[in-house]
Amino acid sequence: MRRVPLHRWLAVVPGLLILGGVPFANRVHRLVLGLPFLLLWIVGCVLLTSATMALIGSLDAKAARSAGASPDPPDRDAAR
Amino acid sequence: MNPALLIIALFLAFAFLLGLLARRGRTMTLEQWAVGGRGFGALLVFLLMAGEIYTTFTFLGGSGWAYGRGAPAFYILGYGAIAYAISYFLLPVIWRYATRHHLHSQPDFFVSKYKSPGLGVLVSLVSVAALVPYLVLQLKGLGIIISEMSYGTLSVAAAVWISVTALVVYVVISGVHGSAWTAILKDIMILVVAVGLGLYLPWHYYGGFGPMFAAIDHAKPGFLTLPAKGMSVSWFVSTVLLNALGFYMWPHGFASAYTARSEDVFRKNAVVMPLYQLVLLFVFFTGFAAILQVPGLAGAQGDLSLLRISKLAFPPPVVGLIGAAGLLTALVPGSMILLTAATILSKNVYRPLVRGTSEQTVGRLARGLVPVVALAAVCFTLSGGEALVPLLLLGYNLVTQLFPALVLSLPERPLATRIGSMAGIVTGEAIVAWSSLSGTTLAKLLPTWPSVITDLNIGIVAMTLNFAVLLAVSAVTRERVPAQAIEEPAAAT
Repeated sequence: MRRVPLHRWLAVVPGLLILGGVPFANRVHRLVLGLPFLLLWIVGCVLLTSATMALIGSLDAKAARSAGASPDPPDRDAAR
Repeated sequence: MNPALLIIALFLAFAFLLGLLARRGRTMTLEQWAVGGRGFGALLVFLLMAGEIYTTFTFLGGSGWAYGRGAPAFYILGYGAIAYAISYFLLPVIWRYATRHHLHSQPDFFVSKYKSPGLGVLVSLVSVAALVPYLVLQLKGLGIIISEMSYGTLSVAAAVWISVTALVVYVVISGVHGSAWTAILKDIMILVVAVGLGLYLPWHYYGGFGPMFAAIDHAKPGFLTLPAKGMSVSWFVSTVLLNALGFYMWPHGFASAYTARSEDVFRKNAVVMPLYQLVLLFVFFTGFAAILQVPGLAGAQGDLSLLRISKLAFPPPVVGLIGAAGLLTALVPGSMILLTAATILSKNVYRPLVRGTSEQTVGRLARGLVPVVALAAVCFTLSGGEALVPLLLLGYNLVTQLFPALVLSLPERPLATRIGSMAGIVTGEAIVAWSSLSGTTLAKLLPTWPSVITDLNIGIVAMTLNFAVLLAVSAVTRERVPAQAIEEPAAAT
């Protein structure tokens, strides 16, 4: 079984913040920046998801490049 | 005929015309409601993709739930982000396998992985069962739009019959060569309308988002947070999780993994798609704006809130344009869902069961099944008083039961057996169907248990049991695998 590169575990962070954070975010009964805090929390998590996936994507690309063999394995697959 | 109804009738005619013109055009399937790299400019592509987020579910259902339920509606924004994060890891694996084995549809994947045509038929039936509420939802949305645009001259039932006729005619006209231009028109119109309404209405009626939410909070304390019971935190978290896992189990979502040119597409989507989700905010804003302006829409009537506040704020011709945008958001996905359901029944259910079915027969049967599936959907539409959001929640409960069998099939050698997968799926579906048909909830079954448990989405409970049964049955049926593995090559030679 291949080991999962450590940086890929970052992907679970936004998901955990949504699933695990909502019970806490829901206790804030105030408007923050004009929005209900729960809504703002979820919007923040959505933005974080995008940023996290971008980071993982670039780290994966870097790892693939330093692994050397071929610069872009996906293309090799597509060509088959 | 009033101006609003006239305008949507014109748009319907225009959609038919585009469908006719597109007959010889490119093949469009459910997974390609709109663009995706057709050589447009980057900005236009961005706008089109953002517009794609909107179906009747989000447009009328999302605003309806913000209006009627408040905070629980936010779940719609939450699950997509998690699903896209999962997609980064899941879709490349599916893509590589599907490309290597030349797979076309979602059931093919299960057939190939588990070497079981029977499992393929089961998966197909589950997919179609889940597509039905999705189709009912579009029909219901169409019905709402047409009856609202008539300013009371058409009953909802009459509007539903008009809608289904329009849908079937549209499918028959455009066929598998669905009109890409209709989809593009839809994406642009709905984006302009949804964002326009979401910005204009709170500003017009309240002077901004802050004052609007403050007014709602004052009028309905607690409406903007999850309640302690019912659609509580526990419901919210389990629903977000269930929907995130089910996101790519839909036959169209799953097959979209097949069409990618390379794995890079998934990497980019995981970054960009969550951002598109944020356009849902505007739909919520519209629903919230309606709360104090058009009060009194109870239960499923909340789905009318977007159109009702539009009628209050704008003259009939503008309302007609809003309705036309809504019409297209129901028509385009609705036609694709209808076509997909009919195709699955014909290709992945009928063909494996009746040996030696020709390609022509399959095609003819698929076309013949279109009105049959549509009529079944009409029956459900007219008989059920459900709001739009619960319909999709039911669809997700059904379709997510495929997740355990799928995820355990991903390693080189599946961790589950054919029989185990079938047993798991049947268990999950049986629980969902039973709870949905009998109206049984966990709260009713276990009245003394804490609401943290009884508020859980029944789909997640079903999926847990599904997983358990799957693993148990697989463990029991596992020992036969080595024997089969030895036999199989012998049988092949």
